[in-house]
Amino acid sequence: MPELQSREPLIFELSKPGRQAGTQFPPPVAGSAEVPAQLRRASPAALPEVSELQAVRHYTRLSQMNFSIDTHFYPLGSCTMKYNPKACNSYAMLPEFLSRHPLAPEPQGFMACMHELQEMLQEITGMQAVSLTPMAGAQGEFAGVAMIRAYHRARNDAGRTEIIVPQAAHGTNPATATMCGFTVKEIPCDANGDVDIEALNAAVSPATAGIMLTNPSTLGVFEHKIVAVAKIVHDAGGLLYYDGANLNAILGKVRPGDMGFDVIHMNLHKTFSTPHGGGGPGSGAVGVGARLRPFLPLPIVGLDGARYRWLAERDLPQSIGRLSGFMGNAGVNLRAYIYMRLLGREGMVRVAEFAALNANYMMKRLQALGFEAAYPKRRASHEFIITLKQENKAYHVTAMDVAKRLLDYGFHAPTTYFPLLVPECLLIEPTETEAKEDLDRFCDAMAAIREEMAHDPEKLASAPHTMPVRRLDDVRAAKQLDLAWNRS
Amino acid sequence: MSNIPADLKYTKSHEWVRQAQNGAVEVGITDHAQSALGDLVFVEVPEVGRALRAGDACAVVESVKAASDVYSPVGGRVTASNAVLASQPELLNQDPYGAGWLFRLETSDSAGAAALMSAAAYESFLADESK
Amino acid sequence: MAFIPHTAEDVARMLEVIGVPSIEALFDEIPKELRAGVLALPPAMSEMEVARLLTQRAALDGRPLNFIGAGAYEHHIPAPVWAITTRGEFYSAYTPYQAEASQGTLQLIYEYQSMMCALTGMEVSNASLYDGASALAEACLMAVRANRGSTSRRILLPRTVNPTYAQVARAIAGNQDITFETVDFDRSAGRTLLSALQPCSGQDFTALIIQQPNFFGSFEEVDQLTDWAHENRLLVIAVVNPTSLALLKPPGQWGAARDGHRGADIVCGEGQPLGVPLASGGPYFGFMATRMQYVRQMPGRIVGRTVDADGRPGFSLTLQAREQHIRRSKATSNICTNQGLLVTAATIYMSLLGARGLEAVAQASMQRTADLVAALSKVAGVKRAFSAAHFHEAVLLLDRPPVPLLAALARRGILGGLDLSERYPELGHALLVCATETKLGVDIDSYAAALTDVMSAPRAAA
Repeated sequence: MPELQSREPLIFELSKPGRQAGTQFPPPVAGSAEVPAQLRRASPAALPEVSELQAVRHYTRLSQMNFSIDTHFYPLGSCTMKYNPKACNSYAMLPEFLSRHPLAPEPQGFMACMHELQEMLQEITGMQAVSLTPMAGAQGEFAGVAMIRAYHRARNDAGRTEIIVPQAAHGTNPATATMCGFTVKEIPCDANGDVDIEALNAAVSPATAGIMLTNPSTLGVFEHKIVAVAKIVHDAGGLLYYDGANLNAILGKVRPGDMGFDVIHMNLHKTFSTPHGGGGPGSGAVGVGARLRPFLPLPIVGLDGARYRWLAERDLPQSIGRLSGFMGNAGVNLRAYIYMRLLGREGMVRVAEFAALNANYMMKRLQALGFEAAYPKRRASHEFIITLKQENKAYHVTAMDVAKRLLDYGFHAPTTYFPLLVPECLLIEPTETEAKEDLDRFCDAMAAIREEMAHDPEKLASAPHTMPVRRLDDVRAAKQLDLAWNRS
Repeated sequence: MSNIPADLKYTKSHEWVRQAQNGAVEVGITDHAQSALGDLVFVEVPEVGRALRAGDACAVVESVKAASDVYSPVGGRVTASNAVLASQPELLNQDPYGAGWLFRLETSDSAGAAALMSAAAYESFLADESK
Repeated sequence: MAFIPHTAEDVARMLEVIGVPSIEALFDEIPKELRAGVLALPPAMSEMEVARLLTQRAALDGRPLNFIGAGAYEHHIPAPVWAITTRGEFYSAYTPYQAEASQGTLQLIYEYQSMMCALTGMEVSNASLYDGASALAEACLMAVRANRGSTSRRILLPRTVNPTYAQVARAIAGNQDITFETVDFDRSAGRTLLSALQPCSGQDFTALIIQQPNFFGSFEEVDQLTDWAHENRLLVIAVVNPTSLALLKPPGQWGAARDGHRGADIVCGEGQPLGVPLASGGPYFGFMATRMQYVRQMPGRIVGRTVDADGRPGFSLTLQAREQHIRRSKATSNICTNQGLLVTAATIYMSLLGARGLEAVAQASMQRTADLVAALSKVAGVKRAFSAAHFHEAVLLLDRPPVPLLAALARRGILGGLDLSERYPELGHALLVCATETKLGVDIDSYAAALTDVMSAPRAAA
């Protein structure tokens, strides 16, 4: 397994007064333009003073302290860590795309790509219109819920103040609802992991604005009764919002529009393989049915005859508005476009098939080793949950311990402690781009860790052992805040 | 099994109340609550003199994994706050019913006081919650 | 099949282990009536075909000479910045939740936070937000949480603040009963005068937003405005350009000291000028910094330095409890992500330039704009709009509508600037122009010559 770089000083510790990377300075310009005296900076900012080689070496070495998809199997549930094709980056970074100012007259080449992306996303999701402007999943959620709010207000139905959210939902769902001025009504799921229909019937009322759902759910299973759920909510006058975090499981197999959803947000950085970049940028495109079309966030690419142009406020006077300074994460959207052209119709359909094949295979292998699946009678979607509650009782090991020990075996840990409903859980999503041998190596590592649980639990409790640092003190990080380097 | 002193009263949001003679009360959060939160890293207590109604969010307790509001069990006026918790939040984990007290109120809210749970009622409330 | 490694033998063996006859059987839980038909998508393309398509489309867009600013600025990006940022270990890594396996990203973010504190003169920075516009919206939500002495939820928004930022702040914060009241600017100076704020003295407002340099490129008198705000118990939200901070007094030092504090309370802005290409509008990143006393109100991720089990220093995400914390009576945020890849680029950029390099970029940009304004003002029918000193943008007034002129210049391969007539109709025929260090003397001469040409042609199509 690849060995990681050990400790690297801070860039400030490498700095020396007067040192500089001179070739990066622009040529000086003669002239008298200056900042008025009372507004001038008194002393230079404490930025690094290093040579170009020092900077290059420092940041290269830092990169070598990371796990990444390019270097490690990364089965993080609900994050869809599939291969990020290099072609997407290379062609998105063609100089003409890179140098284009967002307020320049409409670039027809770039906008053709964006328009086609809108159309492909509509087709895949069964929606009528798409806006590419939200910059992340959370912004896409915000747009979706804000559109629901705008829809009811436009119909003078301001009494609809509640959004229904399943207990298993991701934390951003209720947060988004609250951010849009709604109150949240939680409903439980049944023993099979589906939404509890009786609870739903009790929860809907004339105050219901809508319901936020993920399908497959965060528990990794397909909502059997989705058509019934849709009818109950629509009959009560509410709308259905689809959290597209798990779209990878159903791409080409089912379309949210066909399931009855009125609005969907997609995570292009998950399903459409744009880079995770150490925490972003994402892109949270939203798709809508006819009811919500007038409220889409701006701008959207339109086609007038043969010419592409940005649709703006005069085209969509009821839009919920703009969410970004320009048109969202353009470069991310371009990478998603390239990915979709490489896959095409045939490739798109294969995604869910092989994601499901890999997930179900891993689940069976881990069950055979003695691990407990949270929903053993259900098919895995593109991910599944293992609960370590028995192992916790017997050996006092936690999901966190197993996650940390997996790092020593050269695997990034799966998602831990989400969904909150399942105790000591690991949410595992291999994705379709992993080969069988890598899945087998992961399962073999889990077998070895299982042995360690019984015979050497201390090894797990104090893991990881081979990383650049040992387990970090989170409590101290929050109590003794050290958030910036100080020259003194 | 969490510790639930018999001489205190409790709320559904896991606050405890110690009643003194003269209509003064002391408030904190229970052993169950501190255990669920984990090691506390930050505690914010209400300002002395602040007027509160029953149910007002008046303090914050924060651990690495969660941050929770603390709600005033009864109406009244804050007469004292445990300032030591600002530098030593771990006192609340170590001694939630003693050194980890949060604030004291002077109160004449008899309705609020009557609505509080006894130790036995809180214990069975916790048992129901964990099902 | 794109990116799928399975052979037929792999599939057969895996199906055997699972115990199903086919892959189709794995979807048997989905009701048949919901199954999608054939998708109307184009067929798959090889990488070679995709390369051709994208190259053709890029050629359609070309590379005109750019004099537009208005919130996105063209600067030279040193070669190492994206060579390192696109390394797989940075590009394809996730959010650093497993800290021990992400020390590279975490240390880099800690260095970034430190650099932003140095530039802005503030005590703590977060790990970034989506962009400058949404960062301003988040700053408004934060000001409402942090300013406990105010209940009005009214924020003063000068018209010299970027109009799109104002729209975004309304779209995002408007759902939580926050209202924005505009403050007009002086038509001849091109900035906000203290006299425009005085009618608000003594009333309950939560915060004052100050953009420096403002949308017109002009310098605001930040000390006066900050002092007024603090005297009237408003928080100050500073919206700043990071390149300009190499030359300008940072917001942490605006105004006079009072109660042991000084300066703006919340600082935000667009980080794009720091090593991020224009790229048709994104991805960029928003930055935010504040005082330690408000750190728990600040949204977004934060990295802290701590120690590991052996006492060695290491880095991890901290103060995460705030991110899901929902406090019912106050404004909330649902933000999850930061713009990790862009922060990586910006950190490498700032390390390569240092303070001296950034000063050189800022100085060259300011001078080039001064030269541009001087050259264009010599063309008949063109003059400067405002008297206030400016950074690397300025407004010109023309004797005729800018739109046809800009179209004619575009046909000559020059993007002349931004027409302001929709955003600021009261200015008349106004054009916002920008020249950074990337514009050499010959470029400015080309623009001046082309403009002369276009303006001396008969007033019909030029």
